[in-house]
Amino acid sequence: MKFLNDKALERLRGSGVPDLSGTRYELRELIARGGMGVVYAADDEKLNRRVALKVLDAASANPDLTQRLLREARVLAQLEHPGIVPVHDVGALPDGRVFYTMKFVEGLRLDQHVVKVDSLPERLRLFLRICDAVAFAHARGVLHRDLKPANVMVGPFGEVLVMDWGLAKVLRETSESNDTVFARFAKENPGDEETQATAVTGHGTVLGTPGYMSPEQERGETEKIDVRSDVFSLGALLKFVAAGTEGNKGQRLPRALQAICEKATAKQPELRYGSVSELASDVSRHLDGLPVLAYSENILERLVRFYKRHQIAILLITAYLVTRFLVLYFFHR
Amino acid sequence: MSAPGESFPQTRLSVLAAARSGDAAERGRALDLLFAAYWKPIYKYLRLKFTQAPQDAQDLTQGFFAELLERDLLSRFDPAKSRLRTYLRVCADSFALNEIKAASRQKRGADFLHVALDFSAAEEELRTQAIDPASIPSPESLEEFFEKEWIRSLFASAVAELQKLCDSRGKQKAFAMFEAYDLDGEENISYADLGAKHGLPVTDVNNQIAWARREFRRIAMEQLHALCGSEEEFTREAKTLFGETAR
Repeated sequence: MKFLNDKALERLRGSGVPDLSGTRYELRELIARGGMGVVYAADDEKLNRRVALKVLDAASANPDLTQRLLREARVLAQLEHPGIVPVHDVGALPDGRVFYTMKFVEGLRLDQHVVKVDSLPERLRLFLRICDAVAFAHARGVLHRDLKPANVMVGPFGEVLVMDWGLAKVLRETSESNDTVFARFAKENPGDEETQATAVTGHGTVLGTPGYMSPEQERGETEKIDVRSDVFSLGALLKFVAAGTEGNKGQRLPRALQAICEKATAKQPELRYGSVSELASDVSRHLDGLPVLAYSENILERLVRFYKRHQIAILLITAYLVTRFLVLYFFHR
Repeated sequence: MSAPGESFPQTRLSVLAAARSGDAAERGRALDLLFAAYWKPIYKYLRLKFTQAPQDAQDLTQGFFAELLERDLLSRFDPAKSRLRTYLRVCADSFALNEIKAASRQKRGADFLHVALDFSAAEEELRTQAIDPASIPSPESLEEFFEKEWIRSLFASAVAELQKLCDSRGKQKAFAMFEAYDLDGEENISYADLGAKHGLPVTDVNNQIAWARREFRRIAMEQLHALCGSEEEFTREAKTLFGETAR
């Protein structure tokens, strides 16, 4: 039998993990394993900080996936927003596999977090922060396409980070800004037709998560995928967030909120909100006790909402009027 | 007796279950597997801990395995209380102490063993490792040493098994590249160098080495599983071998 020296032993013990020799990172533990890659915690020895390192699984490494990982890193690098996990660095392992490092997020996944939040308004405010990040990405011409509770992290101070942009699609053009990610890609990669023409994931490929994936995504109709596909996923996410804790499961949501969820998750894209901002402002209106676009109230519901919104003022005025009436009544007896 | 270089004997059951089996052939295979995995770590451990001369350490090693069979020590092992390797090390300690104290060591042959005990190779390895017994003063260091030798033995066997697999599938190049990059660790060798040497593009080198590593890991885990007394022990030992990425 071949004698294995200590160096060989160490290499073999790490046979399942990426070899980071020659990089500034030292590998720690495995954080998550996804369809495309593996995420590890690693220490950046130069800056003395913990980072998350995403690398293709050795078994699945091929040029297409390498391109996808690189594009994901580049897309993220362009999306500088407090609600989007920032990329720090891109590099290659000695075996040629590409990796990128990003902020190491300490906190809980959205599905783990919401069960601890009893207040519906608080959960809705959390949802609005997710909308902020996605709306920002849309404004830069990027669709997420895999929004689901497992892809949102909530930090210890309530900060929200939208993760895993591996299925992101770079749009051809946006109405809000000329300086889109696409525009920069086009400038930097003039020959990169795939970036311009289709998607990070390739044309016609069904990618996403059932339950959170829009019908057009499920059918693999990539040409029909636009911001309203993410609106659908956000609608499904809103249902999940609104349902909240186990104790609240099965409880009826306010009708207006239910209508917002239904409008966001309509099967036909034309019936959904036209943008994430529209969805978010309807949720905000609901939080503020204002009428929402998704629901036409009857007169009674309007009165109830009016009462709830101005409860203190109405009670004070009523108390004043009753007191006044009683004073007048007793003085004129 | 199997020839040096052969890998672990195969068994369908875990070593402990098979060692208690009524089927003599199954029991024999289980014991062979156990001896193949442990003889070298135990020999080196006894040699260093009790500063025994090579011949004396050989006698102790063979005597220990004979004792293991004669007194049916495996049947007393309780996976809930310790790991198998810890149990065997403690048994070896106790056996060696008694033998040295009695100074009436019986020279026992190794006819009961069906695996090769190549003591000269073990001695050569100890020399290569350049271990000075004086530099291993504490019992903790010796435990670590034993653990490391146990891992070395298990991995060496898995490598031998991998080589057989590569030969049978015509993947000799994959093994050669795995050997050069991971086992021999040739200085500054790159995938591009290996590709040039074997006439392959770098992507093929990457894929073949990745395949060999995956197979090595699978074989090592299978052998480890057979050597553990329970699933809990297997999980713990897998983490010892491969760290947190063992899952």
